[in-house]
Amino acid sequence: MQTPEAIKTARRAIEICKACRYCDGYCIVFEAMELRRGCTAADIGYLANLCHNCRNCYYACQYAPPHEFAINLPKSFSEIRMDTYRRYAWPHPPDIIFRRNGVAVATFTALAIAITVTLTLMLRSPSGYFKPHLDQAGFYAIVPWKIMVSVAGAAIGMSLVSLTVSLRRFWRDMGGGRIFNDRVIRVLSTVIYDVLSLRNMGGGEGHGCNDRDESFSRARRYCHHATFYGFMLCSASTIVASVYDHVLNWRAPYPLLSIPVVLGTGGGLCFIVGAAGFGLIKLTGDPSPVSRSMLGSDYAMLGLLLVLAGSGLAVLALRDTAGMSILLAIHLGIVLSFFLLLPYSKLVHGIYRTAALLRAAMEREASK
Amino acid sequence: MRLLPSTRSFASSRIYDVVVVGGGNAGLCAAIMARQSGATVLLLEQAARDLRGGNSRHARNLRVAHRMPGRYMHGLYLPNEYWEDLIRVTAGQTNASLARSMIDQSAHVMPWMAQCGARFQSLRSGARRPSRKTVFLLGGGKALLNAYYLTAERLGIDILYETEVVSFHFDGGIARGVTALTGGAAATIHAKAFVVTSGGIQSDIDWLKRYWGDAADGFLIRGTAYAKGQILKDLLDQGAAPVGNPAQWHIVAVDARAPKFDGGIVSRIDCLPLGIVVDRNGRRFHDEGANIGPERYAIWGNLVAQCPSQIAYAIFDSKIDGLSRPSLYPPIRAPTIAELAAKLALNPSSVMATVDAFNAAVQNTLHGKSVSPGHTEYIAPLKSRWALPIDTPPFDCFPLRPGVTFNYLGVKVDQNAHVLMTNGRESPNTFAAGSIMAANVLGRGYLAGIGIAIGTVFGRIAGREAAYYANSGSHKDRAPRH
Repeated sequence: MQTPEAIKTARRAIEICKACRYCDGYCIVFEAMELRRGCTAADIGYLANLCHNCRNCYYACQYAPPHEFAINLPKSFSEIRMDTYRRYAWPHPPDIIFRRNGVAVATFTALAIAITVTLTLMLRSPSGYFKPHLDQAGFYAIVPWKIMVSVAGAAIGMSLVSLTVSLRRFWRDMGGGRIFNDRVIRVLSTVIYDVLSLRNMGGGEGHGCNDRDESFSRARRYCHHATFYGFMLCSASTIVASVYDHVLNWRAPYPLLSIPVVLGTGGGLCFIVGAAGFGLIKLTGDPSPVSRSMLGSDYAMLGLLLVLAGSGLAVLALRDTAGMSILLAIHLGIVLSFFLLLPYSKLVHGIYRTAALLRAAMEREASK
Repeated sequence: MRLLPSTRSFASSRIYDVVVVGGGNAGLCAAIMARQSGATVLLLEQAARDLRGGNSRHARNLRVAHRMPGRYMHGLYLPNEYWEDLIRVTAGQTNASLARSMIDQSAHVMPWMAQCGARFQSLRSGARRPSRKTVFLLGGGKALLNAYYLTAERLGIDILYETEVVSFHFDGGIARGVTALTGGAAATIHAKAFVVTSGGIQSDIDWLKRYWGDAADGFLIRGTAYAKGQILKDLLDQGAAPVGNPAQWHIVAVDARAPKFDGGIVSRIDCLPLGIVVDRNGRRFHDEGANIGPERYAIWGNLVAQCPSQIAYAIFDSKIDGLSRPSLYPPIRAPTIAELAAKLALNPSSVMATVDAFNAAVQNTLHGKSVSPGHTEYIAPLKSRWALPIDTPPFDCFPLRPGVTFNYLGVKVDQNAHVLMTNGRESPNTFAAGSIMAANVLGRGYLAGIGIAIGTVFGRIAGREAAYYANSGSHKDRAPRH
């Protein structure tokens, strides 16, 4: 991680942006830049995490390469963001986790799958493992409910604690202050709208991002929506299934047209469409505003999302066959990996961006 | 983008209705308008794709008349006020009928621009400062050009980059073809009508030297390096009527550390009225408080151009921190005036003497942190406003050089953007728009956003008229149109 170099490049770019201001109106970054006179490393980290990487400013920039100023805000900011993820990660991992994030995520996921498969094999006799399980115990015949809940709960809990610590540190560096105050209440609806709608990927006038070149498109924004809301649907499916099981005493597996299966299937398909779309845009787009060092973590995240959704759908499709046990074990391994990796993968961008959006809305409110 | 065969083969294989020379704002407006009027169009751009668009790349805003407040501009700006502003800055050096018609048509270009993909900074969005007379381009001129090029490609306009037109072939006042250099070879390209939008002459250092001598070496060019006026000179040599004053330049004071070309808007130094400005000898030479409006940029540009070695130094103390706009480069900073002078390779005792004399002459008060702008007495030159003693370290300096924006030489045109010849007749199939003819309207001075306004209005006229000529084949018989 060449932090000082990345900070220097971003600072130079921001100084020129502040003197130019042609991009005012594209997104919240330029508004936030205007409200902060300084340009410290913390200011730069804040602005970088506000950036949604839409590239409007890159294609509009009169000082983009080959101009000798070589301003490339999306690229600079993506490098700074990666540094944010590394710097605020807690517990602090070895640098290699972020430097070779693609390899790290892939290795960790493979390990998690191996462990869950081994453990489930140990829990069941091999003869029972490869038989269809439409009996009473259903999925819990493979992994007993208590184990599933306690392992998943522990993983999610660890991630939440880790993300909370990171977020507190990031918040303090962005300028600190109490998170809950009158101003937050006033801007909260704006921030929720910004997060859920990705308003800042609208190009100011709603004509979209520069996903692949200087023409405008909404593809990346829709891919993000598909992935994000796909995740929400899958979470909803899990919650509904838990209610079915433990409140209503309806045992899984549920019919194809039941609420948990419909939600989960829809979520899984959204995930696949979103992640594949992201990948396609990345593969076919203009590489100039992209930092090559970020590609590993980008593809690792997309790959993780794809195998997560793919394995979930495979469990559904093949749940009546002898392959169900091992598929479920693999899927649970990926789910486990997903939650444990949350603080150490590119997925962590969500919390930093949301915090930066909240901060920006508060600073705008304060400037009125 | 459509792939084209090499120039040489396609130029001989096809005759376009309209060839547009130059791919800046005016050229794109002309090409799109001609295509929308039914013509086949070829656009020739000298720069490579990454640097296309001439000085329009650096454009910021567009001056348009409007009769009511709207989404992009507040208040109203009636054509008469626009006209009065133009008369004031040009001191009457304008063609009244062309200027009046340009102003009237400026009121109607925005919907068409938006159709072609142009986007503007909304008054509601971001921290945009309010604007009444101009509309700001969202993302600036390069974003506008990107949108226009995409529209041009979509409409089926053929575009050749890295193609420099060097001369026109006239036959009795009618243009038959142009010679273009492309891919290391010369080719002749024929067309029924031509639109010239190849910009001004300001990047030709040899041309600058004809008027400024070796001082020109100390000048920076704020815009594209491609505007060497090759076609402008060619047309004038072949009998096109000149307009404007070739010895006049629009020059502003820019940061001396800015690039030789293409520094654009950010190289401009904003805060001169807040401090003092000294020359290479450490002496003040102008009342820094005399001009605080937008005209100060050009006033200082010309002053610095006349300084020894074409360099000057704006000096401030820390009292003005936070009062000026952020700048391209951080100021050169030192704890004392002597050390600052040494850093600038100036004679420390001269600069110190200047600062001491200035400080002693300042008549003003400083109440805590609030500044009362004062003035000086018993000193030459006086500083009539914003005079504050320069006494609070650290001390800052912005080195200044003249930054050339454009030159006022152009070709004369009529209402329909026809190029007029010195014999008083028009070339029926040669049209001009943009910087190459801007001096018809802006004979001197400058108004923010008028360059893009002229380019858009006359580009549209030229494109429409060229298509009309190419399609009708007979220009003289038609009734006048509006």
